[in-house]
Amino acid sequence: MTEARRDGQRQTSPARSGLQPEEKLDIVELLRDLEHYRPRRKGWTWRKRVPHQVIGPFEYRETSPSLARSVPLPSARYFGNIDPQPDTVITTEIASGRFEDDIRRMRMAAWHGADHMMVIRTAGQSHMDGLLEGTPEGVGGIAVTRKQVRATRKALDLIEDEVGRPINFHSYVSGVAGPEMAVMFAEEGVNGAHQDPQYNVLYRNINMYRSFVDAAEAKRVMASARMAQIDGAHNANATAREAWKVMPELLVQHGINCAFSVAVGMPKEDICLSTVPPDAPPAPKLRLDLPYAIALRDLFKGYKMRAQQNTRYIESCGREATVTHVLDLLISRLTSADIQSTITPDEGRNVPWHYNNVHAVNTARQALVGLDGLRDIVKVDRESPDVKDKVRELKERAVLFLEGMIRDGGYFAAVEQAYFVDSGLYPETHDDGIARKADGGVAAGSIVERAADYLAPVCHHFGANHLPEGYGEGDGERKPCELIGGCTLCDGERVPFIDELDPEDNVNVRLAKTAELRERGLIKPEVEWAGDGWVVVTMFLPASERVAEFAALELGKAMNLRDCEVIHKQVMHPAEGTLLEVKGRLDVTVDPATLVIPSKPEVLSPDEVRAFVAEHGLKVVGATVGNDEHSVGMREILDIKHGGLEGFGIECFYLGTSVPVEKLIDAAIEHAADAILISTIITHGDVHRLNMQRLNDLCVEKGVRDRFLLIGGGTQVTNEDALACGMDAGFGRGTKGIDVASMIVKKLRERQA
Amino acid sequence: MAREDTYLAWREHLAGLSDEQLEGRFWDLVQEIVDPLVELARTHTSPSIERSVLMRMGIDSRKTMAIVSEVEKRGLLGHGAGHVVLYCAQQWGTDVRAAAERLAAGEGWDEVEAHWAVHHD
Repeated sequence: MTEARRDGQRQTSPARSGLQPEEKLDIVELLRDLEHYRPRRKGWTWRKRVPHQVIGPFEYRETSPSLARSVPLPSARYFGNIDPQPDTVITTEIASGRFEDDIRRMRMAAWHGADHMMVIRTAGQSHMDGLLEGTPEGVGGIAVTRKQVRATRKALDLIEDEVGRPINFHSYVSGVAGPEMAVMFAEEGVNGAHQDPQYNVLYRNINMYRSFVDAAEAKRVMASARMAQIDGAHNANATAREAWKVMPELLVQHGINCAFSVAVGMPKEDICLSTVPPDAPPAPKLRLDLPYAIALRDLFKGYKMRAQQNTRYIESCGREATVTHVLDLLISRLTSADIQSTITPDEGRNVPWHYNNVHAVNTARQALVGLDGLRDIVKVDRESPDVKDKVRELKERAVLFLEGMIRDGGYFAAVEQAYFVDSGLYPETHDDGIARKADGGVAAGSIVERAADYLAPVCHHFGANHLPEGYGEGDGERKPCELIGGCTLCDGERVPFIDELDPEDNVNVRLAKTAELRERGLIKPEVEWAGDGWVVVTMFLPASERVAEFAALELGKAMNLRDCEVIHKQVMHPAEGTLLEVKGRLDVTVDPATLVIPSKPEVLSPDEVRAFVAEHGLKVVGATVGNDEHSVGMREILDIKHGGLEGFGIECFYLGTSVPVEKLIDAAIEHAADAILISTIITHGDVHRLNMQRLNDLCVEKGVRDRFLLIGGGTQVTNEDALACGMDAGFGRGTKGIDVASMIVKKLRERQA
Repeated sequence: MAREDTYLAWREHLAGLSDEQLEGRFWDLVQEIVDPLVELARTHTSPSIERSVLMRMGIDSRKTMAIVSEVEKRGLLGHGAGHVVLYCAQQWGTDVRAAAERLAAGEGWDEVEAHWAVHHD
């Protein structure tokens, strides 16, 4: 078999042409020759921590090797565009229902630091007794099929070459077809999966005997490919009415899946506990969640921690969700996390939109890097009663839970008696747990005792297997699959491939519908699928919540948006008004060939500007001119605190508002300035143009035009306008200090040359 | 049945344990709960397990569905669906994939049934 690779090195495939950063991923090309594509490796890849890594001006304690290509955090521009990558694997969960669009989302997420792509399955697949094939569209996730998995793995192989880091691909080995899913994943190079029979039992009402019998086989197969396994305990947080009370039970659920996995042959280090800090503010989150996180890590030494973010208390406010998630990340850094999972901040509104995957990944990257080395300077006080007593209490409550289960007849009996997902803090119970019948649920009565001649002539099979003498998985034995000339887990060339079964519901039909967009390069807004047209409009309406909501829908219609829906509303004051976000579809495309795009002036780096100013000295005078009291724009260009010219060492003389043009010229002469900056916001009667023209004309009259660079600014000013009025440059809305500074330095350099 | 929080009353026997002993007890109890689950899995099989065996034999998912549902219907799942395919391949002098093809098409089942009725009931 392909050797499971765990060393973080990547096999390269020189025959394949790579992705180009400036080109879109070609989905049609990706699907070509898929039946012959084989994964380049099996198994999970962890990030390698570099204990003392110097990146730019800083030394880091908890980072991993940097990426070859990435989009750094926005503020990185102040730090030489460094992009330190935390030492934990970062997960993004993707659930659009169309794998061909998910792949593009994965590429974006990878460029922001995600290396664990978790693909959510379509609703209902867990109840399907068997595998699906082809590429049917899913709801809230994709139908996980061999073709979709293979196409995605192929794309990820390209993407990992592009960013320079192995990317783990992950989905679900749960439901009624777990063993088959596990075999397909092992064959296709899927690197990790959720597998926890308790999840089937509690949340999918799949028969409990079937779930455990299947799980043993599925886990054995996963182990053969060294896939990372994530359990399902976190669902109790998301389901229980009072999530903070299920902590003892969570320890028990993790324990059962861990011990069961080890017993069927899965290495401990491949087993990840899916753990969520259960609370969110306004609860005193850290004091509740930190002792739990510690108790968990005490009990489960040697296992891996997959730190998930809280979804139980997520509402439609993306800001609120992000703050909760940052607190979750603080808990990860105060304790430990091998995988840091992320939840998109819009999960409380809709199926996650692709840019919110990027936001969530960035929340993790930003917070983890910001908290780098935290434990070197801050220690959890394990002797404080808030920690020590609570940690002990949680462990004791978990032990009492286990004692109760045994007293009441073991696991199956305990589930029948609704032990799990009860909102009481065990041994307290509220009698609101999930009860399942041992002989009930999906696929009840489907397990069969193995006969005395039971035989499975394949490798990585769990349990009784009456192979002929000399065959087995022990040392010196012939492999079971030698009975049949090899199995797919030992020889990937034996894996069969089914393409499409449904002539209507498949990727080719979907791609045909968006072919024009792709082929002509038309631009249409999207958040989930190519060409879906979704946009979101943020508005404040001075009305009470319910009135505002209906007014917002009217406004959305007036903006020509279809299918308008209010996805967030937040009262600013019961009477004064409400903040709303409205989504709607905009059925408009733009052909970039028809756009007139002025060439973008090249901006110098802040360091380059500073170096020039330090060497030559630079002075400017500035004011708003005419009868114009709007000083904000000018202040932003000059002020150090807004990243203005002062910040680069440029000496700025700000003369105030409504200053006569003559006075500005006199001041410039007096200070021997290099440039005169004027700002006009008011434009009626073309007053902005008149002022610029007048400044130029007066300078010419006084014979000083060559001594000064003349720069005009204002919301309606364009460079073309300013040049037409005799100025050296003009700057409009959105201009930053660095834009003006770059222009001044470049012009002065030209003059010197 | 709802129950008040009896933690303080119930924990008495744990109070004297060191942290290490408490954690040891946690894992001992977990093992006690898990052992019968593992034994159940060791001695039983399911349609999905059997289909996963056929997959490893290089048989595509549509044929695994057809074969396992037939094996199940004839009450032979406990012998192993892979076993059935292997037996046929040996009888017919073909490889397992060719045997699976014929079984999925509905051929050879009387032979299969006869074999297990005689030899292994």
